[in-house]
Amino acid sequence: MSKTYYDPADLRKFGKITEWSEELGTKFFDYYSKVFEEGALSAREKSLIALAVSHVVKCPYCIDAYTKDGLQRGITKEEMMEAVHAGAAIESGATLVHGVQMMNKYDKLSM
Amino acid sequence: MSEAKTKQSLHKRNDQLANANRQLEILSNGIFASGELPRFADKIAEIGHTTLRPNKLEILQINVGYMCNQVCEHCHVDAGPDRKEIMTRETMQQCLEVIKKTGAHTLDLTGGAPEMNPNFRWFVEEASKAGIKDFIVRSNLTIIRANKKYYDLPDFFKKHNVHVVSSMPHWTRGKTDKQRGNGVFDKSIKALQELNERGYGMPGSSLRLDLVYNPSGAFLPGNQASMEKDFKKALLEDFNIQFHHLFAITNLPISRFLDYLIASENYEDYMYALVEAYNPEAVANVMCTNTISVSWDGWLYDCDFNQMLDLKVASKVKHISEYNEELLQDRNIIISQHCYGCTAGAGSSCQGTVA
Ligand code: SF4
Ligand code: SF4
Repeated sequence: MSKTYYDPADLRKFGKITEWSEELGTKFFDYYSKVFEEGALSAREKSLIALAVSHVVKCPYCIDAYTKDGLQRGITKEEMMEAVHAGAAIESGATLVHGVQMMNKYDKLSM
Repeated sequence: MSEAKTKQSLHKRNDQLANANRQLEILSNGIFASGELPRFADKIAEIGHTTLRPNKLEILQINVGYMCNQVCEHCHVDAGPDRKEIMTRETMQQCLEVIKKTGAHTLDLTGGAPEMNPNFRWFVEEASKAGIKDFIVRSNLTIIRANKKYYDLPDFFKKHNVHVVSSMPHWTRGKTDKQRGNGVFDKSIKALQELNERGYGMPGSSLRLDLVYNPSGAFLPGNQASMEKDFKKALLEDFNIQFHHLFAITNLPISRFLDYLIASENYEDYMYALVEAYNPEAVANVMCTNTISVSWDGWLYDCDFNQMLDLKVASKVKHISEYNEELLQDRNIIISQHCYGCTAGAGSSCQGTVA
């Protein structure tokens, strides 16, 4: 079967979500583009954050988009991989920190 | 792409893309013929243009030959050591006649590596007497370190107050060497340091040194001002190098870059990206509106890209030997889908962004 849930070509159609709800779609894209403007953080820094988060939320579209965005900004592959590790470290830390809850529960239930 | 493949020009390899018509076919068919993407002509029609027309002529760009010491993967000239086309002294004479009487204030010498033309120095000496305001030589930098006979080029440039514009794909070794060949980065750094030593690129110096950045792959250049900031910071911190401006240039889908796009299966996505980034404000200032491009054999073109696609000017006057500015100014510029490259984002020309 050739059909899959993810199609890279769908990324190009992202903007079309406004067609089914113009107001909300437009508000989202306005907000989105505002977020990534130069601010207290540079657009370059935000691009790296977006790349890391893309991996954490495991969105293939965002990974493609922010890898390309990083290339356009001259961000190196070493910087990109470090950002991914930062995301991965938080993600695994977030899993592991729940180990404390497990330990607490274990201790509470144990004699 | 295999190492052997990238070491030769498309011409040498007898690749079908060495044929300009084949390139034009690709640019006209497929996604553009099917209507999936609008043709450039349809796109500019949306803002009331039936075609592009020249404004005042400002830049005379002369390509003195396709011979080059490098074989960069993205080269739109398909230049390389195996290209033998170089401008003769006779054609240079004809160019000099034109330089003396043209209204253009900028002379832009390009190639290949223009310095490899045996008459290059003679031509620079003669042309620099002609009162051109901005005399640009597009140097790939490594030529300065390629062979002893070129070691004194920085002094030669300085003597004639040449404005040096040099390509530099990135401030890191890995990215630069990948696009332009192993060892290119270190040689370029050395050449830039030598230019700096002569006063080139220093703050306040009249010896102008600008860098050209074009993306090393199937993506568009980022914001020119912020790229310039990043380049300046990295080159100063790592190598104590200074330069004046960075021109960010979009790779146009022709010649070896087109070959790369097709081979890496990026062609359609890249064209989508160009069309999506189309900026109507860039249209008025595209390079062809103030430039005439002369090929090594004296033919006239709207721009360097049309030269590589062998689209000669749509004018009665087609050769430098019959040059007539007035007649030439009254022409339609020849366009195709590659023109999206000049109008994407902030626009792109030999002098960087235009919008
Ligand atoms: S891009 Fe420039 S340096 Fe590289 S092969 Fe082409 S002409 Fe030579
Ligand atoms: S490629 Fe660019 S400069 Fe050349 S004709 Fe098209 S728009 Fe003009």
